[in-house]
Amino acid sequence: MITSAIIPRPLARLPWRLIFLVTGIASFGLIVLYSAAGGSIRPWAMKQAIVFFGFLSIAVVMSWMKESTIKAIAFPLYGATLVMLIGVEALGFVSKGAQRWLDLGPIRLQPSEFMKPAIVLTLARFYELVPASEIRKWRAIWPAMALLGVPAFLILVQPDLGTCIMVVLCGVTVMFLAGLPWWLFAGPAAAVAVAAPVVYGMMHGYQRKRIDVFLDPESDPLGAGYHIAQSKIAIGSGGIWGKGFLHGSQSHLDYLPEGHTDFVFATMAEEWGLVGGVLLIGAFALVIHWGMRVSQNARTRFAQLAAAGLSATIFFYVAINLMMVMGLAPVVGVPLPLVSFGGSAVMTVMLCLGLLMALERQQRTVSRLI
Amino acid sequence: MKHMRITVAHQSITFSRRMMLLGGAQAAVGGLLVGRMGWLAIAQNEKYQLLSESNRVQLIPVPPRRGWIIDRNGKPIAINKASFRVDLIPQQIVDGPQVIAELTKLMSLPADEVERITNELAQSRGFQPVSVADNVPYEQYAAITVRLPDLPGVSASQGFTRFYPGGSTVGQLVGYVGAASAAEYEKENKNPLLLIPGVKIGKEGLEQTLEQTLRGEPGGQRVEVTARGKLVKELEPKPDRSGNTVQLTIDSDLHQYAARRIGDQSASVVVIDVTNGDILAMPSMPSFDPNNFSDGISQNEWKMLSQDDHLPLVDKTLESLYPSGSTIKPSMAMALLNAGVDRTQKVNCTGAFQLGNHTFHCDRRHGPVDMDAAVVHSCDVYFYSMCLRVGAEKLSPMVRSMGFGEKFDLPFDNQRYGTVPDPEWMMRKYHRKWQGYDTVNMSIGQGMVLINPLQLAVMASRLATGKRVMPRLFKNKPVAPQEHLEVDQDHLDFIRKAMWGVVDHGTAAAAKLPLSGIQMAGKTGTAQTHNLAAHERGNYTSATWSLRDHSLFMAFVPFDNPRYAVATIVEHGGFGAAVAAPLVRDTITYLYDKQKALAALQAFEESIGGPLEQRLARKTAAWRSANGLPPLDPAKA
Repeated sequence: MITSAIIPRPLARLPWRLIFLVTGIASFGLIVLYSAAGGSIRPWAMKQAIVFFGFLSIAVVMSWMKESTIKAIAFPLYGATLVMLIGVEALGFVSKGAQRWLDLGPIRLQPSEFMKPAIVLTLARFYELVPASEIRKWRAIWPAMALLGVPAFLILVQPDLGTCIMVVLCGVTVMFLAGLPWWLFAGPAAAVAVAAPVVYGMMHGYQRKRIDVFLDPESDPLGAGYHIAQSKIAIGSGGIWGKGFLHGSQSHLDYLPEGHTDFVFATMAEEWGLVGGVLLIGAFALVIHWGMRVSQNARTRFAQLAAAGLSATIFFYVAINLMMVMGLAPVVGVPLPLVSFGGSAVMTVMLCLGLLMALERQQRTVSRLI
Repeated sequence: MKHMRITVAHQSITFSRRMMLLGGAQAAVGGLLVGRMGWLAIAQNEKYQLLSESNRVQLIPVPPRRGWIIDRNGKPIAINKASFRVDLIPQQIVDGPQVIAELTKLMSLPADEVERITNELAQSRGFQPVSVADNVPYEQYAAITVRLPDLPGVSASQGFTRFYPGGSTVGQLVGYVGAASAAEYEKENKNPLLLIPGVKIGKEGLEQTLEQTLRGEPGGQRVEVTARGKLVKELEPKPDRSGNTVQLTIDSDLHQYAARRIGDQSASVVVIDVTNGDILAMPSMPSFDPNNFSDGISQNEWKMLSQDDHLPLVDKTLESLYPSGSTIKPSMAMALLNAGVDRTQKVNCTGAFQLGNHTFHCDRRHGPVDMDAAVVHSCDVYFYSMCLRVGAEKLSPMVRSMGFGEKFDLPFDNQRYGTVPDPEWMMRKYHRKWQGYDTVNMSIGQGMVLINPLQLAVMASRLATGKRVMPRLFKNKPVAPQEHLEVDQDHLDFIRKAMWGVVDHGTAAAAKLPLSGIQMAGKTGTAQTHNLAAHERGNYTSATWSLRDHSLFMAFVPFDNPRYAVATIVEHGGFGAAVAAPLVRDTITYLYDKQKALAALQAFEESIGGPLEQRLARKTAAWRSANGLPPLDPAKA
């Protein structure tokens, strides 16, 4: 927070540390995108800059939202998103093809993206309404499972495994923090271990292949394992200090596929090395830490759960993507927020940060009044 | 803990605890990620740097120039001729079908070639060129060069084609080169060099056996390419190393002279320098023109060659076996002398020889003959009777020591070595006892005796020198020391004198050298291929060509101080003295008096319908019309 006589009060009261941090990450991302395009702001860096600053402004504006407003929109937002998800499914059914977005004239809306913050807010609101004494009862559990299960299923059949996993993990995090009994999490974890082969059997061909290749990347180095193999080559060949800005051969010679989207971290690591990677991971850690602090300092149950869930959303984005590009997880198509080219992830993360900033401002306001 | 009432305070504690747990898990994942990245970037950095480099840098191999084959005087036998070639560079092509259509028009490509190019283009990787045509005529090359700006992706360049100045006269000697087949590519562990358009490897003869010497080391243009095969920039090239030159002992002028002098016969000639074993000439005719093979031979051309009863695809000097006929007689005489036969003792030749209930014939009634007369006039009865008296056990070793049945270390696959039979061999091979008629047959080089023309030339060399002359084809290979044969000098002098008599006043009297001061010693031979009645022999028509006897002759010159040994076998040439001896005479004349020999060749060629090339063209045209094919394009022929 900046306190100065010159800067107007509303501006000074913005969480500048977070904004600088996020802008720093995004700027680094723009530099990487500039290099990935062979040293050009086209076609990615320029577009991404506009998208980022656009959504940053929206997030800053959102920070003036009152907690009560957020609470009030939680269920309607969830409902609207669910309707859109069903709409997408229906459209896909009509056009006999998988579809993930709604064409709304000039903008293309991907409702599954909205579901990430929406599920967090909804579950936070739900558990706020559940009295403390009821928390271990069945009626505190099944509605949450339904609220989570329906959209997760709709997204899974789109099919969008990456987003589905994200939504489920965000929802489960909120439920975990809400204090549901232990067995509810330990049990399914065991069940997943048992059911994994069954789920594997139900997967789409390309999803199944990704998991096969993850388990044994060398089995198909020129086919589906190519992504992981080339990504590891890019990261590994970067070494500690990297090959230097604009000198990454893996990305510039197109050996690294998706070097500007899902595998942007590999593009970065090749040119900036371990140093760049650790800096980027550290910056994300600070952002997530800031979000978790908001949760810890929150005075209301809703704010606690929502802030933790929103931070967890950002965490899962980063963690799944990085595990994917480093060969620790199957390629499920989760971008690196703020760095990967593409508007959806920026939008989601900025919605999360906007809500977090709003909750944080609320804390300060409330604390001062008391 | 049963039915414990959970209060807001409890809930707050639970939340704090679980937040710590969540934070701890997140920190653990962060640590895992940093650790993993450190592992990849530090511990495995070297491995991934190598992989990244091998992604980045590709090698476009530049084929090495094939080594030359030259003759003993440095004259070229197989060299490289600058030629024009047209390739397609897939990544530079804008509109494939249009470019191919344009090239088809400009170069009048046949339909099956267009199909091949289209297929190869579809399978190619960006920077690897696809060959459109080799050895493009200059006019077409120029026409394409002018239009290059309108034909993106087309590359017209100068390359090298194998060129054999001797044409078909050296076909059997050098073999030919051609693009590697799939099997050859597999055999060389998928050597990428073999896939480059224009790279040819040896398929037959010396080109094949000397492949590793002639090939050289490919160089390469190192380039940085993208994953899609687009060339980004050229790095410093790796230089290539040309193949090594191989010098043969062949005298290419003599070789070509002998080949031409063979005429339309199916024959081979071998000339050896008896002082060191150098093979000076070894043509086998008719042959194929290896120049046609190096651009890929057409189906029809191949069909014509393989259907020819004069066997142009066989190297007759080493791969064909013939009965030696009477050429074995000087060696037989040596064996008889060695066994103690008195050379003045006479045998009365009545024109026939009775053994058991079978009559063996002589070509005429010689009357009483001693050994000298028996060699000079090639009397069979003398050898029947004397050899029976001595026995096969004492004959075969001498014949073998003169070179028949011997294996020589020469750089050719598919050599055949023939047989010199003896009782032990007969038992091993045919499980029967040696009989008197076997000795009779062997005594005149019939029956089981089989030789190749090189062995005949070696025999002439050894009779000339009395030493174990070993044939040699590579100039830089050390001359094998020539040991003395286990023969009596007096016997040797006698045999040489008798062989001189053959040419002076014997069966080959018509083949005297037209040279003053140089006299030839030799021996004729006529090898029966079919059992014809006496009245059928010498009374041939062209339809019975394959029934005729083989005509053989071996000789050495000068008879009193031998320098060269020559042998020829003319398949179905008829009587030995009539065809084979004059061929040897002219070949030897060439060694001493080129003018005279060339004049003789010209007269000979006029008598059979013009020079080799003209006769070959006429033959091809006749074959094509007989097989219902259109005449060859005169520009391409």
